[in-house]
Amino acid sequence: MRILVAALSFICLIALPVSAQDSPIQQLLQENRTLIEQSSRRTIGPAIDALRDSGLPAAQAVLEKWQARELWQRKSDGLFFFAERTGDGYRLIDIATGADVGSATGGEIEQLKPNSGIRALIGVALVQFQLTDPDPARRMAALDAIARNAEAAHLAPLRASIATETDPALTSRKARLERLLTISYDDEPDARIAAIESFAGDLGVDARAALNPLVATTRAVTAGDPPATENVARRLAPGSDVLSEAAAHALLVEAGLVAPRISASDIRAALAAHVENGQVGGVPVAELDTDAARERAYAALAAAGLVPATATSAEVAEALSSHVFYERYAETDPRVTEAANAALDAIALKVGMNQAADLTLDALSLASIYFLAAIGLAITFGVMGVINMAHGEFIMMGAYTGYVVQQFVPDYTLSILIALPLAFAITFAAGVAMERLVIRWLYNRPLETLLATFGISIALQQLAKNIFGTQARPLTSPGWLDGSLVVNDIVSISYIRIAIFVLALIFLGLFLFIMRRTRLGLEVRAVTQNPRMAASMGINPDRINMLTFGLGSGIAGVAGVAIGLYAKVTSELGQDYIVQSFMTVVVGGVGNIWGTLLGATLIGFLQKGIEWFNPSNTLAAQTYMILFIILFIQFRPRGIIALRGRAAGD
Amino acid sequence: MTSIKTILASAVAFSALCLPAWAQDTIKVGVLHSLSGTMAISETTLKDTMLMLIDEQNKKGGVLGKQLEAVVVDPASDWPLFAEKARELLTVQDVDVMFGCWTSVSRKSVLPVIEELNGLLFYPVQYEGEESSKNVFYTGAAPNQQAIPAVDYFLDELGVEKFALLGTDYVYPRTTNNILDAYLKSKGIAEADIFVNYTPFGHSDWSKIVSDVVALGADGKKVGVISTINGDANIGFYKELAAQGVSAEDIPVVAFSVGEEELSGLDTTNLVGHLAAWNYFMSADTPENAAFIEAWHAFIGDEKRVTNDPMEAHYIGFNMWVNAVEQAGTTDVDAVREAMWGQEFPNLTGGMAVMGTNHHLSKPVLIGEILEDGQFDIISETDPVPGDAWTDFLPASAVLTADWKDLGCGMYNTETNSCVQIKSNY
Amino acid sequence: MRQSFIAKNPSVLIFLALLGLFTLAVTILGEGLGIGLISTSFVKTLGKTLCLCLVAIAMDLVWGYAGILSLGHFAFFGLGGYMIGMWLMYARTELIVVESLAQAEIPPTPDEIRDAIGTQIFGVVGGSDFPLVWAFAHSLPLQLALVVLVPGLLALVFGWLAFRSRVTGVYLSILTQAMTLALALYLFQNDSGLRGNNGLSGLQNIPGAGDVPQSLMSIRFFWASAAALAIGYVVAAFVVSGKFGSVIRGIRDDEARVRFLGYSVEGYKLFVFTLTAVIAGIAGALYYPQAGIINPAEIAPIASIYLAVWVAIGGRGRLYGAVIGAGFVSLLSTWFTGGQAPDLNVGFYTVKWVDWWQVLLGLSFVLVTLFAPKGIGGLFDLLTGRRGPDRHGADLGPGAGSFREKEAEQ
Repeated sequence: MRILVAALSFICLIALPVSAQDSPIQQLLQENRTLIEQSSRRTIGPAIDALRDSGLPAAQAVLEKWQARELWQRKSDGLFFFAERTGDGYRLIDIATGADVGSATGGEIEQLKPNSGIRALIGVALVQFQLTDPDPARRMAALDAIARNAEAAHLAPLRASIATETDPALTSRKARLERLLTISYDDEPDARIAAIESFAGDLGVDARAALNPLVATTRAVTAGDPPATENVARRLAPGSDVLSEAAAHALLVEAGLVAPRISASDIRAALAAHVENGQVGGVPVAELDTDAARERAYAALAAAGLVPATATSAEVAEALSSHVFYERYAETDPRVTEAANAALDAIALKVGMNQAADLTLDALSLASIYFLAAIGLAITFGVMGVINMAHGEFIMMGAYTGYVVQQFVPDYTLSILIALPLAFAITFAAGVAMERLVIRWLYNRPLETLLATFGISIALQQLAKNIFGTQARPLTSPGWLDGSLVVNDIVSISYIRIAIFVLALIFLGLFLFIMRRTRLGLEVRAVTQNPRMAASMGINPDRINMLTFGLGSGIAGVAGVAIGLYAKVTSELGQDYIVQSFMTVVVGGVGNIWGTLLGATLIGFLQKGIEWFNPSNTLAAQTYMILFIILFIQFRPRGIIALRGRAAGD
Repeated sequence: MTSIKTILASAVAFSALCLPAWAQDTIKVGVLHSLSGTMAISETTLKDTMLMLIDEQNKKGGVLGKQLEAVVVDPASDWPLFAEKARELLTVQDVDVMFGCWTSVSRKSVLPVIEELNGLLFYPVQYEGEESSKNVFYTGAAPNQQAIPAVDYFLDELGVEKFALLGTDYVYPRTTNNILDAYLKSKGIAEADIFVNYTPFGHSDWSKIVSDVVALGADGKKVGVISTINGDANIGFYKELAAQGVSAEDIPVVAFSVGEEELSGLDTTNLVGHLAAWNYFMSADTPENAAFIEAWHAFIGDEKRVTNDPMEAHYIGFNMWVNAVEQAGTTDVDAVREAMWGQEFPNLTGGMAVMGTNHHLSKPVLIGEILEDGQFDIISETDPVPGDAWTDFLPASAVLTADWKDLGCGMYNTETNSCVQIKSNY
Repeated sequence: MRQSFIAKNPSVLIFLALLGLFTLAVTILGEGLGIGLISTSFVKTLGKTLCLCLVAIAMDLVWGYAGILSLGHFAFFGLGGYMIGMWLMYARTELIVVESLAQAEIPPTPDEIRDAIGTQIFGVVGGSDFPLVWAFAHSLPLQLALVVLVPGLLALVFGWLAFRSRVTGVYLSILTQAMTLALALYLFQNDSGLRGNNGLSGLQNIPGAGDVPQSLMSIRFFWASAAALAIGYVVAAFVVSGKFGSVIRGIRDDEARVRFLGYSVEGYKLFVFTLTAVIAGIAGALYYPQAGIINPAEIAPIASIYLAVWVAIGGRGRLYGAVIGAGFVSLLSTWFTGGQAPDLNVGFYTVKWVDWWQVLLGLSFVLVTLFAPKGIGGLFDLLTGRRGPDRHGADLGPGAGSFREKEAEQ
């Protein structure tokens, strides 16, 4: 029946002018309709191959549209179309000719949704079409597909296409991919070795991805020496660090060379199966609550031939010593594995150095975030000595300001430019209000300031929840802050973190400038050292305190915008930073901005360092960091940079 | 006379705090979701869902001819308070059924109380399994209804060979990852090809972890990420993924705790193509779902609010309970429980959800790709999967089974043919 | 002339009498033994409140009398809870496991029992091996000893380190806060061996007392809490009444002067810090069996700050103030979050207390701090007509902020 249909369609194909609905490509799709509808990567292969090998002019377009999820199927007759949205319906386009063939509502047609596995397969199939496509974007897509899912069949067309490539960027990428594919798929060992050697010291993940499979090993065991055909990596001694005796025994069992040991639970099950008259193997059941009694009972059963005997320790030891354990490469050519090992060794050293560099960047970035969060506190706590537990909530207010501005100003760049000064203004005002209403009355009672500001903190948090709801709110960074600065495949840092780093530096400069070069700074320092003397010199300490507190709070607000951009905006945002911020200031040394900077750097590097030692548990890193800080304060109670003399206060 | 009345009235008002209430002609439905604290972000929505469902049912004439009355309490994300409020609901307010809890620890806190007092709880969130209580109906997904199908999808459809299991450090990710670890090994994935990392709640510094995941690709195997990262921490995680340019084509991420609600907190343009596995997506194209979304928008008065999987779980759970009560003719817990077994109700995504005798639902598993508008494009839907209380992939629980109808036990050892315990393991 | 302890502290007798009356009233009104006017859940709430009052007394000792604002006392409270919780979980699980394994054909070996208990307890977080910290969990006396020893030792070591380096004032507050944060983060880890975020649960089911209904159990725990509170109050009153009390108040007011007088300031502070940690541990060990579950979130820094707030609202520097503060605020909190407080309609907006309670609470801290530094306890001064000296705002001591006239009034 199928053959008949195919023959008929073939006749139609040559005999009649092809109507749009039964174009050969449509027929091809219809033949593979079940596979396409099933849409599973496991089974879709033949359908894609059929399209690729059909030689039909429309094949490339259909594959591309299918990959881009622009292929639709009409439910009534199962025909495939391209579709364009028009108002509330769709305009159908013939897949062979591109002609308009009517319209349909959304309910009448169904979009094909190839999953990303199928899309990748389509991409691989498209390579042969796209590699020499006039459109550079398509050639790039083809190279992407090769990079993700290389096949041996890609090597020849890739090599052929290099000569005709005009775009220099694409040429170099093609050359690199050609070398990578040579390593994996070339038949000539010399060519492979040359390609391998060309990657010595290369930092790309792709290079290691091509080299590592060559040196991947599997463990094996034989009675005599390993066969000469095998490429042996090394021999393993049972009982050594790399191969425990239990693992070696397991290998022997797997190879069927010795009998397995019977596990405790199997013994138990075997005993339970052989209970007779309240006894097992002559041992009363009630006594079977020790391992020794169970072994005796099992031995009795084994002696009676009721259960298989368990392998004894002597047998196992004998088997271990009489066999050779070794690791072998999947790659059979020893010259290739040797070259790959050499290349990987050269890479490993450079990778290590670059990882250290990347870790340093991460640590610097974390330090700058802590510094930014703490700098406002360095002013209010460090300079004025006021414990402000609501500092975190000022950070939160800044972040919410950023969110609210984005609701009114859709342009992200502009909205950030508005949000930064606005956040400063709002939190400055909030800080001034708090200073005038609450803190002013508590200057001599620092512990009570702590409580009162904590009250403000929980009230502000709940207010934020009541106003903005409990969901996290989006604060989106402008497009030019997307992505990262990539030095190589290992060292990279996202632009938003660089921006935070720069912002932290700006604030450091601003702080130093205000404190050292302005009248306000002079007066702040005077009031800090001796308020009465400052007052008698004509400075109004109340006003200075108010402005200083406002400044510290305002900076917290700006920090909030930055932190919201990189993390999240919720009412609990401030809580995450408050304890760390206080510790940053305390560790660094109260009253000194350089101390705060050092404190933040110390905490940032410490945390990343511990994370590096224990990569699977970030929580541990935070715990140990805090423990370290507690110990550190025991030995330097005044922080890294301790103020001396009169400025130290007490 | 009036003064005596006033005194009496105020005495009654006061005693509401500490007195067992007396007979009433409404059926009381307890809603035990945190309205403040860290979990309010997720649970407030569920409280609103319950109020909407109860409101709708009352408009239809209530249950057994009586009106339903919602009793809402706020356990404030404080786990011991969950137990206290549950006891209060059962003894002081005399509720007939409770809908509530989100985190596993809150459920574990409530369990001893409802088992002691023979209450009835509907738990709507995907969880780690390893439990089947006589007094709880689990309308969220067990691991075999979310995690296992998602991993199968990774293995079969995406060809992933190396797995990064990233999770928040608490019981759901821990247990799920243990199950997945055993499952992956049974599928021939080597120990070295499974990378596990746990981060604290609300973690925001993801750069190193994402770099580590990218570096996993160095041995030429395709890497996939299974994310059990919870709540707010996802925002930083996805922002970092986008910043490092990790595309779904290179390293796909499938998340078990990220739904429409979580995505509304971030810009999804850079996340298109990453995946989530749930039993429900708002984008499901069925008339029931359209009606549900419309009713939700009308109730909440905000067209932008999304719906999500635990809401559907409550929707199914509540309607099943209503039907079971009608069927049993009483709100008595034991009668309703027996009527619940085999109870059927249409899913919002099509097909029928069936309540099993192990108190878990049978539901289809959907896998969706994130779209630019924060919705999910459903790209895979399985046949209904019955929820498995005890996973088959951990040796200790493979021998256990739960069946309240025939075995009358939630923790039955099939090897020794005995019931390990009637009450739950908490 | 030496006055007797009671004569110097008339409040002790009044307090004990009131506590006795209260206990009697709750027993009569409660469900377990009485007429059932008070529900079991409310008896539990009251019992827990008494434990909170006890830890508030500890806080008042260390802050109100010794001047150390510790923001870490809930860590000791939680540790006490963890210690008793370990035994409760182990013993309860052991009963279940032994009963279940007894049904098997082959009797279990001790190792099998231990493994099965481990699987039951840790299976949910993926493991079955007992961590080292559970070494004594099988024994109630040992675990009870740990209730006292673990918080005590932690306080001793931490206090010794901190006081030795003369960390004082807000630095010490931040340091104690860091300590409780570190402990909470450590316990959050699964690797800590205490079930991570899940913590220990099902603690209200007392092993071996399965047939005692919760209504009775709650009354028993209520009695135990009341007794502990009574003893704690007397001990605290005794500590602050004699010469020792004068020295620690002296340290609060001017540490340097007391040191120059030849007292070992560090030793006194360390003693108070450790003693209060032990009291907090005992309070925790009584609290968590009533709460039913303990997990690391209980010892997050915020809990300890709340503790300070209770004492501040109640009135620090007087023991009954701490009790009043803890009782009043925590019960009010229960009432507001329970959804029982009626909504307040102010015309254009309906105030839902669930949403606004925290705002109200936060603002009331500020108001109390600003306008009523003596807290609720200050009302008693009004009744008794006590007045503080009026020094027109001048310092009473040389240390900036250590002791102002408003604090000198008792």
